[in-house]
Amino acid sequence: MTEAVSNDLATGHRLVGTTLRERTAEATQNVRLRTALARATGRFGDHRRAALDSLEDPDALRLAARAIKADVIAHLPELLEQFAANVVARGGQVFWAGDGSEANAYITSVAQRIGARTVVKSKSMATEETELNEALEAIGCHVVETDLGEWIIQLAHHKPSHIIAPAVHLDRYQVAEFLQAEVTDDRVLEAAPGPLAAFAREQLRAEFLRADLGISGCNFGVAETGSVVLVTNEGNGRLCTSVPRVHIAVMGMERLLADWDQLDLFINLLARSASGQHLSSYTNIITGPRREGEADGPDEMHVVILDNGRSDIIGTELQEILSCIRCGACLNVCPVYRQIGGHAYGWVYSGPVGAVLTPLLAGEHPEAAELSNASTLCGACMDACPVSIPLQDLLLALRRRRAADASRSERAAWKAWATAWSNPKAFRASMKVASTGRGLGRFAERAPGLSRWTAGREAPMPAKRTFHERWRAGEI
Amino acid sequence: MRVSLLVTCLIDLFEPDTGADVVKVLRAAGCDVQCPEGQTCCGQPAWNAGFADEAAKVARTTLEALEATDDTVVVPAGSCATMIRVFWPELFEVTGDHDAAERARALGARTRELTELLSERDLPPMRLPEGCTVAYHHSCHLLRELHGHDQPLALLDRVEGCNRVDWTASERCCGFGGLFSMKLPEVSVTMADDKLTSLEEQHPDVLVSADSSCLMHLRGRAAHEGKPIQTRHVAQVLAAGLEGRAP
Repeated sequence: MTEAVSNDLATGHRLVGTTLRERTAEATQNVRLRTALARATGRFGDHRRAALDSLEDPDALRLAARAIKADVIAHLPELLEQFAANVVARGGQVFWAGDGSEANAYITSVAQRIGARTVVKSKSMATEETELNEALEAIGCHVVETDLGEWIIQLAHHKPSHIIAPAVHLDRYQVAEFLQAEVTDDRVLEAAPGPLAAFAREQLRAEFLRADLGISGCNFGVAETGSVVLVTNEGNGRLCTSVPRVHIAVMGMERLLADWDQLDLFINLLARSASGQHLSSYTNIITGPRREGEADGPDEMHVVILDNGRSDIIGTELQEILSCIRCGACLNVCPVYRQIGGHAYGWVYSGPVGAVLTPLLAGEHPEAAELSNASTLCGACMDACPVSIPLQDLLLALRRRRAADASRSERAAWKAWATAWSNPKAFRASMKVASTGRGLGRFAERAPGLSRWTAGREAPMPAKRTFHERWRAGEI
Repeated sequence: MRVSLLVTCLIDLFEPDTGADVVKVLRAAGCDVQCPEGQTCCGQPAWNAGFADEAAKVARTTLEALEATDDTVVVPAGSCATMIRVFWPELFEVTGDHDAAERARALGARTRELTELLSERDLPPMRLPEGCTVAYHHSCHLLRELHGHDQPLALLDRVEGCNRVDWTASERCCGFGGLFSMKLPEVSVTMADDKLTSLEEQHPDVLVSADSSCLMHLRGRAAHEGKPIQTRHVAQVLAAGLEGRAP
């Protein structure tokens, strides 16, 4: 028998009104979550390493990818214009969305114009940012997520806890419980991948055939042809974009590549870094709607190019975060994510990339700024990133921004520390106080930082005489 | 060869015996060890907290102390060595002190983490007479910033009777992370538990690392949980090997 599944409070966006420490402390209490995370991230990590090792010099490719993305971001306005012109030239329509509400307003207006009742969606983190599902439901649409993981969490009323594996926080027994609630006959679903996937297929096929509107994300936009590239494993992306009569792709404005040569490299890196596959089961390259004489494809194809705070990052020291291709590799190797999962980050993106993106994209909430502390700066994320984004440096840059707004007492404490420790005599004196004092245990009762240490760890005891004292006495 | 030792504030205050072993091993490797007056701290706590000006102020003090000679600077902590070599130039640049950044680059070029330096030196035969099974914890900065994966292992392998075991979590962060351990203490200790659980599968006698800070955190957690895990800095194992005693 399974224990009660996590409630909505612990599995939604809780950035506002909670602290990072509250959310992470709560997550560490969830042994079931940590077990699921250790299993999944371990598997992803092993597969990723094996897949990258099949390339001749993966580190050189990661650096090449970094250089390409830097170039793309440097020329983003021109490349976006080129991309949009090519989408239109192939019969598509482009909408430039300044923020999430503009994107949602456009998409709901299309849905209303075509009288859409059922909307099928393939995986899209950008629409998680804009909360598109809620907007579509508000105008009466029946919205169905068709990526298996996304469908599970939609049924559970959870938010994604991982960029590519949104239901990674759930084990198969929990999944079976949520899916069982959708069974309308007397079947009892076995908590095993095969039967659960078969049930999902049966349910989702009917929705695909019913749907009037298909909405997808966009893994890569290719400027030279105006193509939208979707990388999926379940085939749901292909059905979403070809069965309904209208397809809308939502693309974060930075998800662009200049040409197919660049795409070649990024396709090679994405599946390997994400799921450890050499190539995902489906790589769809969609260039415009169905043309005369073609058997399938939608009548209308729209691309919504979403800014939503991204252009504000360009030209800052944090610009390189726009090179992210949303593979999730940094989550899988992050020792912090491994313990707390995605929901503790409080917003759409989690793991190291989420710790950087959340303060930038959800910066209207003051709570977002402390996300940069959700890292030990161990650097595992930088080593895993297929685009070699220096995530550790970006986290440090965000901490510097945050320090500028720190409380007066925090600033005063660091100032006092710097004054003492930049003066060798004062430094020695402070060491002396600690080493001849009554140990940090007593001191900890007054110092909140140290009491946080001693709650879970025995405090180290300062030595009776410091190294420098012994050195100066000629004893070493 | 003359070397200037940056002893690090942690070893200075909490583990002076480790510092003494560092000196012993360096001398056995033919180094004339100096310990420049005026050194305090590398400034990393403030740098990692985002307080760059405060970090620069402290780092400048230690920079000046270490500039007193042209010696190779040796640091018995991967984290502090990384601070000097990788982050000092950036720290001084972002605080607008280009002169100090240049000087930091020059100093960085002659700064070595202890195991890096020792791996290039001859050492007398080392032996742990009763034998000892050790598990090595790769500290993050030494591993990923200084790419010091092999040197500490090779040094341990030079010690007769030191039986090194591999373990699953050897390269995973221990959860210390400086201020991280106080800002998110619950996550910090579950990370330590993750590490310690993996360690227990191998039943080593001693957990060894090249950073005292990781060991202090793991030791503190193990003691709190009543786990009988011994920790040693790599210099302590080498010094024991030189003297033919248990580490």
